[in-house]
Order: sequence, then structure tokens, then C-alpha cells
Amino acid sequence: MRVAANCLWLGLFGAGGLYGLLMVQRAVDLGFLLHGILFLAFCLAAVALTVRLALSPPPARALPDDRPHYNDAIVRAGVIASTFWGLIGFAAGLWIALQLAFPALNFDLPWTNFGRLRPVHTSAVIFAFGGNVLIATSFHVVQRTCRTRLAGHVAPWFVFWGYQLFIVLAASGYVLGITQSKEYAEPEWYVDLWLTLVWVAYLLVFMATLARRREPHIYVANWFFLAFIVTVAMLHLVNNAALPVSFFGSKSYIAWAGVQDALTQWWYGHNAVGFFLTAGFLGIMYYFIPKQAERPVYSYRLSIVHFWALIFLYIWAGPHHLHYTALPDWAQTLGMTFSVMLWMPSWGGMINGLMTLSGAWDKLRTDPVLRMLVVSVAFYGMSTFEGPLMSIKAVNALSHYTDWTVGHVHSGALGWVGFVSFGALYVLAPVVWRRERLYSQRLVEWHFWISSIGIVLYITAMWVSGIMQGLMWRAYDSLGFLEYSFVETVEAMHPFYVIRALGGALFVAGALIMAYNLWRTTRGDIRESEPLAGSPAMAPAAA
Amino acid sequence: MLVVTLIVVSIGGLVEIVPLYYLDSTVEKVRGMRPYTPLELVGRNIYIREGCYNCHSQMVRSLRDEVDRYGHYSLAAESMYDHPFQWGSKRTGPDLARVGGRYSDDWHREHLIRPKNVVPESIMPGYPFLQERPAELDAVEADLRANAALGVPYTEEMIANARADAAAQADPESDGAEAVMARYPKAQVRDFDGNPDMVSEMDAMIAYLQMLGTLVDFDAFRAEGEALR
Repeated sequence: MRVAANCLWLGLFGAGGLYGLLMVQRAVDLGFLLHGILFLAFCLAAVALTVRLALSPPPARALPDDRPHYNDAIVRAGVIASTFWGLIGFAAGLWIALQLAFPALNFDLPWTNFGRLRPVHTSAVIFAFGGNVLIATSFHVVQRTCRTRLAGHVAPWFVFWGYQLFIVLAASGYVLGITQSKEYAEPEWYVDLWLTLVWVAYLLVFMATLARRREPHIYVANWFFLAFIVTVAMLHLVNNAALPVSFFGSKSYIAWAGVQDALTQWWYGHNAVGFFLTAGFLGIMYYFIPKQAERPVYSYRLSIVHFWALIFLYIWAGPHHLHYTALPDWAQTLGMTFSVMLWMPSWGGMINGLMTLSGAWDKLRTDPVLRMLVVSVAFYGMSTFEGPLMSIKAVNALSHYTDWTVGHVHSGALGWVGFVSFGALYVLAPVVWRRERLYSQRLVEWHFWISSIGIVLYITAMWVSGIMQGLMWRAYDSLGFLEYSFVETVEAMHPFYVIRALGGALFVAGALIMAYNLWRTTRGDIRESEPLAGSPAMAPAAA
Repeated sequence: MLVVTLIVVSIGGLVEIVPLYYLDSTVEKVRGMRPYTPLELVGRNIYIREGCYNCHSQMVRSLRDEVDRYGHYSLAAESMYDHPFQWGSKRTGPDLARVGGRYSDDWHREHLIRPKNVVPESIMPGYPFLQERPAELDAVEADLRANAALGVPYTEEMIANARADAAAQADPESDGAEAVMARYPKAQVRDFDGNPDMVSEMDAMIAYLQMLGTLVDFDAFRAEGEALR
């Protein structure tokens, strides 16, 4: 069985290497050639790694004392990758924010202009940072809550490294001008196909681990992870359906056109938010908040109800990105209605997360990691209230196309996704490196406050600039003419772009502090001046 | 669990997206729409490559101020041949759905080289490299063929002449100029970048920008007609 599996992997990587050779040999454009070289190198490295794994003794599923022998190495790799890509993605965001405030920073070169770098930022934070956090936490959570070792020997490493290759291909492609131009789905057809393979392996590893669980129930966090993996697969396949111009070139044309393509894109785009950035991260919330607070989940029944309601309603919300456009009115109204309804299951999740702290609220004073997790849920509540509000057509008429949308996204991205991820990384690092505790609590405090101030500056600047620009666009003078030219509204934005960049800089600074703290933690260092080792909140989390 | 989840998350998309393909009222019947000329298509691909959609929408909403600022609200028919659509989601710069014919070719060239030359307050990056790079015309035939396979009504004649048409559209003196006009009604044949020695990426880009929103005959279009959504 194991030999067969290893042979299968070797065959797969061998075939991949052959296709990589063809890519290099027959490439019709430079970007495809470079990606062929990368792909070939990846397959060669994968063959070497598989041979090494095949020759090493297979890991036991259980330790001698019958406790499960968890695969923590893959989670350690995920923590490192998350931190690394987080820094890259946040720094890229800061850079493009500065470009909007000071356009000379575009340098008027193809590889450095805002249009090519903005997808680098969005993909790096959503897919590289968020995706690695999701893979690492889901692999950790599914093992611990099923009391079993992660399924597969080569497969989890294929998922990890295959995903990193996807990120590198995607980001380098954008800089070279390889893009489908579909927001949050910019990678071209061959990168999409590669991601599909990786994603199927991810699903199989996750399902196989669930199948061999030694617990009667599947813990709720795993439902959210499973829904996230399956739905993202569906969205990815439909939205990226494309016809390549050549099988040895990077350019393709999307199968859908015009209005149908627009709705397919925002069905995908909104549910990238709904399933990648919400369902998956709710899975994180459902494991790490109870763990850190040492309290059971507030209501299991609520978690069931809001899970099914959330995944059913979210899928309908896409048309609210297309209000007053050429999309038929019935679809707009349907999308708006479901978006407003979505408020309820969203807040169901928020209430369940917050109320889990019942009886442990005092820990918020002493435990900055728990505070980070709880504030993330508060941001989740705030942006899932703002979202339905903005999906109402009358509000959207003002907010759409402006920075208000950008501010809304970032209150969710920085506040919710960012903070819940940071909290999870702070909990994970001591566990998977088997350290007594984090290097420094004090540095977590600094991270928390610096980043919080950064987020507040960011989203308030975007609220003001967005609403202001929306109002300026629709302002009429007493003679019935439009009061402002477009460029006057651009000029008015400058101070807010500067404030936004400042907020972003603070967020980056916080992440740097976290990276330093995690690095010292992995080395087993403990900051001497912090006599916190005995406090219950910081005891190493038991499995 | 897996199967139930998949069913639950499929319903919304099926109900909202599938009808768009078979309800006739989704895309209005209008006069004037035609596929992009080969040169316009090359320009459009440069627009995509540089990520212009990150800052410019191509979708005038049916709101009073937008119609006053940009012109008639956008119709679904106007992007019926767009693989993929370029409606955009953010207006860091103005909407471009009807930018065609609003400015001269010279203005566009100056603006793309260094936007501040013509709009001092602009925060748009400059694209001076467009005028130095020759447009990639050899592959355009394959581009048309791929679009045709996806349902864009390019004829065999259009595909066979794609490369020649692309070059001819930027050279009004050439023999092929009239053929471009015949194959693609309302096509604009000019030396867009003012450099007769080369068909540059600047030529393609300006050709694309100058045709945006110019195709539909709004004199013949009646919003209150049968095609009203």
C-alpha cells in the first residue's frame, strides 16, 4: 500500500517534470518559459523529497503510550510560511498604499506599477498568508479534535509545497503581466489547474483524517474547514473556466462573457470572502478561542444552526457587487435580500465566539493572545453588520466604486482575519515547537496595540474618503451641473491616502514584532523579565 | 456531510446565474455591436496585462450623476463579447465605458506617457514603455480563433486576415485600411501614436480606448422597448 502510494507520487512528479520540460522547450512567451523552469525545478525537488520520505521508516500513528503521534512538522512549516507571507503581503499593501499617496513610487516601469502590484498584495494576503494559516490550522485542528495522526505521508507535504508553488507562480505572473484580470482569481489557466490538483489532495488528506478519527463526533471547527475546502473548489473551477490560446503559452480567454461573467466572478468573489475568509476562519475561531479561554463552546446548537444558514445564504450574496449595473434587476434584488439575511448567521457566529468567554472575561486583562482572538470576533461582528448595510441598493449607490468598500474589506481583513490568525499563530507556536510558552507576552501586547491603532487609522480614513468621494461625485451646483470634476475628487483624497498608509505601516510594524516573538519562541527563548510562566493562561496548551 | 454541503452551497448559484444564460431579456437587442478589431483586442489585452481594471470601471450605473458625467448607462449588450468582462469594482480613476472619442489620440498618448502632463493632479502611473514596444501582432490570429471558439462571431475571413488587419488599422495609407472598415463597422483607422514606423503597444492601447462605448447606436435603442429589463 505504502509502496504503491510512493510509486504513484513518483509517477505524478515524473509526469509533471516531463510537462515542465515541454513547457520550457515549447514556450511561446517569456513568462511561460520562466514558469516552466520553476515548475521543472519543483518536480525534481519533489521527486528527491519523495524518495527521501520513501526510504525513511514510516511514522507510527501512535506513540508507545498509545497517545496519537501527531504530525506537527507540517504545522510548524505552516506557521513559518504564514508569518513569512504575511510580512510580504502586508508590506506589498503598504507599498501600493504609498503609491496612491505618492504616485512617483510607481517608477513608470511595467513591473512596478500599481495595476500589477495590487493583485500581488491581494493574493499575498488572502491566499499566501490566509491560505497558509488555514492549511496549518486545519491540519492541526483536525488531528487534535479527531485524536489521530494526519493521513498520508507524502500527501500533506505535497499540499504544503504545492501550495507555495502556486503562490510563487501567481505572484511572479502578475509582475510579468500574466493575469486573467478577474479579481482574486487573477492566476492564469495553468496555475489554476495546478491549484486544483493541490486542492484535491488537501481535501483528500482532510477527509481521510476525519475518516480515521478516534472520537465519536466531528468537532464543529472541522465542519467549517470542510465547507471551506469543498466550496472553494467549486467556485474556483467554475469561475476560472477558460480556453488557453496555446497549451504552451500563458494567455487564455475566460469561457463566460459580459454580464454572465460578471455575476460568475462576483459569485466567486463574494464567496472567496464567505468561505475562504469567513468559514475557514470561523473554524479557527471555534478551536482556538475555547482552547485559549479554557471554556467549552457557548452553544453547540447555535453552531449547527448558524453553520447551515451561513453556507446556504452566503452563496446568494454575489449580485450586491453589481447594483445598478447591467445585471438584471431581479438578480440585484435577490442578492441584496440574501445579503441582508446573512447578517443573522454571521452574528450567530460572533455571539457564539464571544459568549464562549462566559466566566472567563477576566482573562482579557491578563492574556493578550486571548484578547487578540476576541477583538477579532468583535471586528467580525462589525464588518458583517457593515456588509449587509452596504448591500442595500440605496447605500450601495453611494458606497460602490469608492474607498468605503476598501475600508470595509480591511476592517474584515485586518481586524477579523488578521487578528484571529495572529492569535492562532501565537497559540500554535509553543505547542508545535513544544515550548513552555511564548518568548514574550509583553511583545504580544505591543503587537496588539500597535496593530489596533493601525486598523482604526486605516478604516476611519477610508470611511471618510469613501463617503466624501461618493458625495462629491453626485453633488450638483445651483444651476444643475455636476459640481466637481473627477480629478477634483481625486485631489481631495490625498490626506486620507497618507493616513491610510500610516495605519498600514503600523500594522506592518505589529507583524514584524510578531515575527520576532515567534522566532524567539521557536528557539526556546523566554524573556527573563516576564514572570508569567506560572499564570494559567500561559501554561502550554495540552492536547 | 460533504455531499449535503455541496448541495446546500450550489443552490444560490444555480438560481441566480443559470437563468442569465437563457432569459432573452438579460442582454438587450441593440444595433451596432461587433467583435473587437484585432488591434483593439491586442490593446484590450494590454489593458488587462497592466491591471487597468484595478482603478477604472467600465460600467456606467443607471444613476443620474453617472449618466451626466459619463453618458448613457451601460447596457449588458455592450460587453457581450468581453471574455472576461472589465466592469471593474473601484474608481480610483474615472469610468472608461464611454471614453472613446472624448479625447484626441495626442491627448491619450501624452496622458499614457506621463499623466501629469495633461492632468496635473493625476495619481495614475505613467506607461512610457508602451510607445517603445512593438505590439505583438503575430499571435493575434490565435487570439481571434480562441474567442471564436467561445462564441464571439469572428468569421473565418476575419481570422485569416487578423494580422494584416491589425497592422492596417494603424496605417491609414495602407491598402488594407478599407478592408478593416468593411469587416469591422465603425472601426477607426489612424496612426494612433503618431509614429508611422512601428505598430506599437501605444497604437493598440489607444485604438482600444478610442472605441470604448462607441459601438451601440443609441438613436435606435429604446430602453422602454421589449428589451427593457
